[in-house]
Amino acid sequence: MFPWLTTLGLIPLIGSGVIALLPKGRDLLAKQVALAISLVALLVSLLMLADFQKNSGGLQLVESHNWIASFGIKYAVGVDGIALLLILLATILAPIVILASWNEAENGRFSVKAFFALILILEAFMVGVFAATDVFLFYVFFEAMLIPVYFLIGSFGGTQRSYAAVKFLLYSLFGGLLMLAAVIALYVISKDQFGAGTFDITALTKLHIGVQLQRWLFLGFFIAFAIKAPLWPFHTWLPDAVAAATPGTAVLLVGVLDKVGTFGMLRYALPLFPDAAKFFTPAIIVLSIISVIYGALLAIGQTDIKRLIAFTSISHFGFITLGIFAMTSQGLSGATLYMVNHGFSTAALFLIAGWMISRRKSSLISDFGGLQRVTPVMAWTFFIAGMSALALPGLSSFVSEFLVLVGTFTRYPWAAIIATVGIILAALYVLILVQRSLHGPIAPGNENLPDLSRREKYAIAPVLAVIIVLGFFPKPLLDVINPTVVQTMQVVGVTDPAPTGGK
Amino acid sequence: MNPANYLFVSALLFTIGALGVLTRRNSIVIFMCVELMLNAANLAFVTFARIQGNLDGQVIAFFTMVVAACEVVVGLAIIVSIYRSRRSASVDDVNLLKF
Amino acid sequence: MDSAHALAAGSSSLLVWLIALPALGAAILLLGGRRTDKWGHVLATGLSGGSFVVGIVELIRMLGRSGENRGVSQHLFTWISVGHFNIEAGLLLDQLSICFVLLITGVGTLIHIYSITYMEHDLDRRRFFAYLNFFIAAMLLLVLGNSYLNLYVGWEGVGLASYLLIGFWNQKPVYATAAKKAFVANRVGDFGLSIAIMIAFATFGSVSFDGVAAGAGKLANLNSGALTAMGAMLLLAAAGKSAQFPLQSWLGDAMAGPTPVSALIHAATMVTAGVYLITRSNFVFDRAPTAQLLVVIVGVITLLFGAVIGTAKDDIKKALAASTMSQIGYMILAAGLGPAGYAFAIMHLLTHGFFKAGMFLGAGSVMHGMNDEVDMRRYGALRKFMPATFVTFGLGYLAIIGVPPFSGFYSKDKIIEAAFNAGGARGLIIGSAALLGAAITAFYMTRVMIMTFFGKARWAEGTHPHESGKLMVVPMVILAIGSVGAGALLSIGSSLKNWLEPVVSRGFVEPTPRLSPLLVSTLAIGAVALGVLIAYLKYVRQPIPELAPTDVSIFTRAARRDLYQDAFNESVFMRPGQYLTRSLGFLDRVFIDGAVNGIGALFGGTSVRARRLQTGYVRTYSLFILGGAAILVAAMLAARL
Repeated sequence: MFPWLTTLGLIPLIGSGVIALLPKGRDLLAKQVALAISLVALLVSLLMLADFQKNSGGLQLVESHNWIASFGIKYAVGVDGIALLLILLATILAPIVILASWNEAENGRFSVKAFFALILILEAFMVGVFAATDVFLFYVFFEAMLIPVYFLIGSFGGTQRSYAAVKFLLYSLFGGLLMLAAVIALYVISKDQFGAGTFDITALTKLHIGVQLQRWLFLGFFIAFAIKAPLWPFHTWLPDAVAAATPGTAVLLVGVLDKVGTFGMLRYALPLFPDAAKFFTPAIIVLSIISVIYGALLAIGQTDIKRLIAFTSISHFGFITLGIFAMTSQGLSGATLYMVNHGFSTAALFLIAGWMISRRKSSLISDFGGLQRVTPVMAWTFFIAGMSALALPGLSSFVSEFLVLVGTFTRYPWAAIIATVGIILAALYVLILVQRSLHGPIAPGNENLPDLSRREKYAIAPVLAVIIVLGFFPKPLLDVINPTVVQTMQVVGVTDPAPTGGK
Repeated sequence: MNPANYLFVSALLFTIGALGVLTRRNSIVIFMCVELMLNAANLAFVTFARIQGNLDGQVIAFFTMVVAACEVVVGLAIIVSIYRSRRSASVDDVNLLKF
Repeated sequence: MDSAHALAAGSSSLLVWLIALPALGAAILLLGGRRTDKWGHVLATGLSGGSFVVGIVELIRMLGRSGENRGVSQHLFTWISVGHFNIEAGLLLDQLSICFVLLITGVGTLIHIYSITYMEHDLDRRRFFAYLNFFIAAMLLLVLGNSYLNLYVGWEGVGLASYLLIGFWNQKPVYATAAKKAFVANRVGDFGLSIAIMIAFATFGSVSFDGVAAGAGKLANLNSGALTAMGAMLLLAAAGKSAQFPLQSWLGDAMAGPTPVSALIHAATMVTAGVYLITRSNFVFDRAPTAQLLVVIVGVITLLFGAVIGTAKDDIKKALAASTMSQIGYMILAAGLGPAGYAFAIMHLLTHGFFKAGMFLGAGSVMHGMNDEVDMRRYGALRKFMPATFVTFGLGYLAIIGVPPFSGFYSKDKIIEAAFNAGGARGLIIGSAALLGAAITAFYMTRVMIMTFFGKARWAEGTHPHESGKLMVVPMVILAIGSVGAGALLSIGSSLKNWLEPVVSRGFVEPTPRLSPLLVSTLAIGAVALGVLIAYLKYVRQPIPELAPTDVSIFTRAARRDLYQDAFNESVFMRPGQYLTRSLGFLDRVFIDGAVNGIGALFGGTSVRARRLQTGYVRTYSLFILGGAAILVAAMLAARL
């Protein structure tokens, strides 16, 4: 079979090399090449769908080659429904980000072409991290992703970019090292039990690990993912990183890269350590609820648009972890769908906020006002993005948020009720933002802001279209997600609670 | 004579040398004290060879003397060049390699 | 009661067009932008009218079927399907929803027509019509959805439309704030609806009306915890959408929107969605008496609350808004009375839709002629200058205070009667409250009438009141006809009651009335007469000052400030909330981020100190070497010993 996933990873990687080799000063050419390559990758990822059987929950499009044979390390990739959607998310958002960030890289520490090369490298690593089925390979991609992001924030960001980049790097490395320890422990255990050590995820789920050890290993994985996700109280790197990053970087960071955290919980932490996961579930549910409420409350209090969006994301990641650890089919499917929807929703928010900020040369909410009169198209798109952030029914995030809440309610009613308070707070933070930036009299300095350009419209239109279409017709995604969720629940050994009044 | 007495002398010489290295500032004196410590070690080697009844220690003593000679050549050259550039043979004046 | 009976017996492929036509209009107008400025309003009005025609067609078809088989459904597509959680996008049109469909599209189309003239000079008229069409579509989805989740989509859709229309002139910060307030209060209600849906799914494994009805019917005991909780949460949802206590405070501020919006959304249709929700959920409430009691209490509190506020308002729209709140209180009260009251709730809802929409359009017409003045103290004597407005408004007035044979008399009288029939002390209390509400209604509506149309002219200088154009008058006339005749039409021969019976009160046997209907009617008319009399004495016999007097009783002061509802919300929720967000922001920086940065600083500080060991002095290093060697030797010796 054609090696779809390897091809998909190699296209942007080779593309970044091509861009790096372009002659100096040909910035426009670099941008066009980057856009073309990301579009090719998108095309390949869509072609890949043809070979994907949506009714099977297992891994597909599998490739496996020995890499470091003496340690049983393989280059093994493959996707289930969840990984497939996240890879698609990455390949769809990459061209949009490139198009939207056309002029974002001019003031960087490095050249313009470096920016676009880094974005393509990041895309390749993101494909790799979601496709890896070898825990060691996953770890390598997990850490390798930090490198392009570190340079994207640290070299092309705004004020405080060095601080933010280092903070991001240290946080992630810290979590990554905990995970590495757990990964090595898994190898050692597999050597004991199978005779030959392996990092293969499917094989590792068959290990019998003692209760105590399982808990420690689970924590190793979980903390790494909770930092990446980010879950309260590991969240403080996100607002700083996002506020310092360019909007395009922020989209890839929050929209896709952070999903590795929640994806990892679903793909690794749950199936590998089911007993430990159940043991820690109450604590994680509590952390998730705190994230939901805390992120929303802090978002209400923000004065900076990008930080506000960052805190809304913390709130939304709380919903995702809540759905995962509710361990019901609605919760898991909802959480997975949420990952995709949140990717598009924050992409819209960050991109439009970025355009607003680059026009106004300020990211303070109080500097905006009356944009609906000056720049109606930009205001409308921002409004729709905001509505998607507050999960308005009819937009995609509603479906996922409601699935998470319903799925949680059947097992932990009180957790769901408290999390539902988040929807009221969501209305507050979105509407306060909308009122201060779009409504009211035209603020001084805003009179002559230009509306969205043609390029910007092309970049944002597909995102908004996806948000609306998936709101009414999430079925294609759910059809892909559901079999995988069923399989995950079998591995973990949980079933949906039956209706209480049905007898 | 009890061979242990040579060891005592060796220890005494080594201590004198070490104290000299620690306390003196003049690089030539420090250099001499290092030589003193090397020779204390030589004495110990020879004594042990005598006690053990084989030649290993004595051979090593020769090696040490050769190494010490080389060291003197290089070391004195460095000291002279430092003296030329800084007009001082005090080691405290060359503390540039610090935090 | 046969709860397992499915609501729909047949299917109809027309239903989707009810929603699709106005939705299409909204989409064309919003995406088309300035290109559609010239003809956008005509298209929007036409599509709304088209939806009304489809409604009529469905009504005629429905009339051709027998009572049990009138409901029809249409399956559109599978919306969400995960595990047992299967939601189809499906529509349901039965006897209950057809009432709403006709009200929404009928009144909606009239208000479209009215707005053509009313918004003529507004630069954004096209956008206004797009929002109106969007509202119609969302509201139809609300009443046509066949499950709670589908209803929820429409429920939030109308909330969004309401937000957009209240904030239509959002360049004024006050208006933008009013819009936000409405949305947030509605979201509190949505919280209730969300929880109710979750309870339904966790308990019955279904969120469709059919599924929940079947499940609720199977539950052995009345008042099960799940049903009571679900009922209470549905009530919270209804309170948010219908401006009922304790979520009532947004409705007064919502008058910031253009007047046609107030007529359509904040009087006739959207705010009555709560009544629809409770009536639609009859299978829940009928088996949860505790929840029903809560509904009644909320209804009674709100009907008095709104009435009291209405007595002190000088802003004509706010007076009407307070009245709306109070009238919906009546409907909620009736819906809380169970099978005995559902039909009356819907009847009052329909008649109220006519007369209140008519009065709002009248108020809009007055404002149109008075340079957008809303203070009734600056009106007066307008009956000569705006005869058509006066007559239509006056008919609406007679209807709302419940003068026979106008429509409000039939519907309100029935509710008061049903309240007394609830029996015991409870019946007496709510019946008296309803009577008292009727008297206060008569008082404040008479006040509005007198201050606007009678007495001396107290106009601001340069005001030249004039009658509005034809396109505005015609809808007012049609609604006035409804205000006069709808009550009798729906009431005589219990036509509406029999019509709705298969849906809301199947198999319900009416108990013998405890008070004779004649006595109740007499009491009600007496209460109305008393209210009118007091208003007459106060506002005709005494001159009306142009500025509101300040030396007023504590009650008037409280009523002017909406019984301190905003002060309460501000001091209990808003200010502590602001304090909380601010202090959390501070704690986040100081503690959580502080801990992280602190760890970083710790390592940094340690390395700064450790660095000091590199002095650059050779003897320091040699001392370390010596010390190290000594320790090594000591360790070796110690190991050997």
